[in-house]
Amino acid sequence: MEKKLAKIEIIEKYCKGCHICVEFCPTKVLEMKGFVVSVKNLEACIKCMQCELRCPDFAIKVSAE
Amino acid sequence: MAFDYDKWIRPGKLPHIWCPGCGHGIVMKGLIRAFETLQLKKEDTALVSGIGCASRLPGYIDCCTLHTAHGRAAAFATGVKMAKPEMNVILVGGDGDGTAIGGNHFIHACRRNIDMTYIIMNNYIYGMTGGQFSPCTPTGHKASTTPYGNPDPGFDIAKLAIGAGATFVARGTAFHANQIDKLIVEAIQHKGFSVVEILDDCPTTYGRRNKYKSVIEMMNRLKEVAVPVKAAEKMTAEQLQGKVLTGVLYKEEKAHYTDEYAKVIERARAAK
Repeated sequence: MEKKLAKIEIIEKYCKGCHICVEFCPTKVLEMKGFVVSVKNLEACIKCMQCELRCPDFAIKVSAE
Repeated sequence: MAFDYDKWIRPGKLPHIWCPGCGHGIVMKGLIRAFETLQLKKEDTALVSGIGCASRLPGYIDCCTLHTAHGRAAAFATGVKMAKPEMNVILVGGDGDGTAIGGNHFIHACRRNIDMTYIIMNNYIYGMTGGQFSPCTPTGHKASTTPYGNPDPGFDIAKLAIGAGATFVARGTAFHANQIDKLIVEAIQHKGFSVVEILDDCPTTYGRRNKYKSVIEMMNRLKEVAVPVKAAEKMTAEQLQGKVLTGVLYKEEKAHYTDEYAKVIERARAAK
């Protein structure tokens, strides 16, 4: 069965580059690109929503379906 | 599905003013999730704050909000609650605002057991005014006004609230983000004065003076020091050295102020 990928939306103008999401992602999906976060490896995402939960700046939205 | 925070945020207010990595944003998200869980109505919800970084929070949230004088959130909120007892009154503020400048208002709001919820974001410092030490700055730690280390012992906000008579006291941390909304939900549902202390990080004025290299290091410290109350029951005093208990620390059902005051009004009317 084909694995359904999560949809990770990053609102770049809100991101302040604090690294919290990058550091606490259990599967290292995210990385810093300059001062803002970007998705490095979407396939590894397990949709745990930890990045969305911990982002202090409302900059990440993860859709599971 | 991604959680829709936008419903509770005033249009055009983001990005907020808090520094990169400041936990206040995480607490704000928890608060919004709690509002959504309880299905609160915007017109029945009042957010009251004093002055400070944490007290900027009501400015971003789309409900009835009141930004008042430094430390006086509890006094203004008492006014709101007495005028409209059916409203959900929630206070937000920092440790300096709540326990130093507003310390008197805080303990008397606890004593009265007025049905409100106070969310104190404890980042161990006065962030907005330039990093002065607060009553929660741990002994020996540095602030702009204690460059050689703070000689004072810090307040334990939860113990202070319990001692003053608050009937619901809980503690969480900005690291344990999924616990924040659950604690706030329970606090709002509780009839009586509820205090939720959230241990927070201030990388700008506290972290860099106290040798925290990054926001991540500060977050990891919160992760390490927090011990859930249930886990703490099985631990020895030695193991609990330097740890902070999290979860619901105290809960008691007691007569609360708005009900008692309504009885006073009834008695006064009957006496005429």
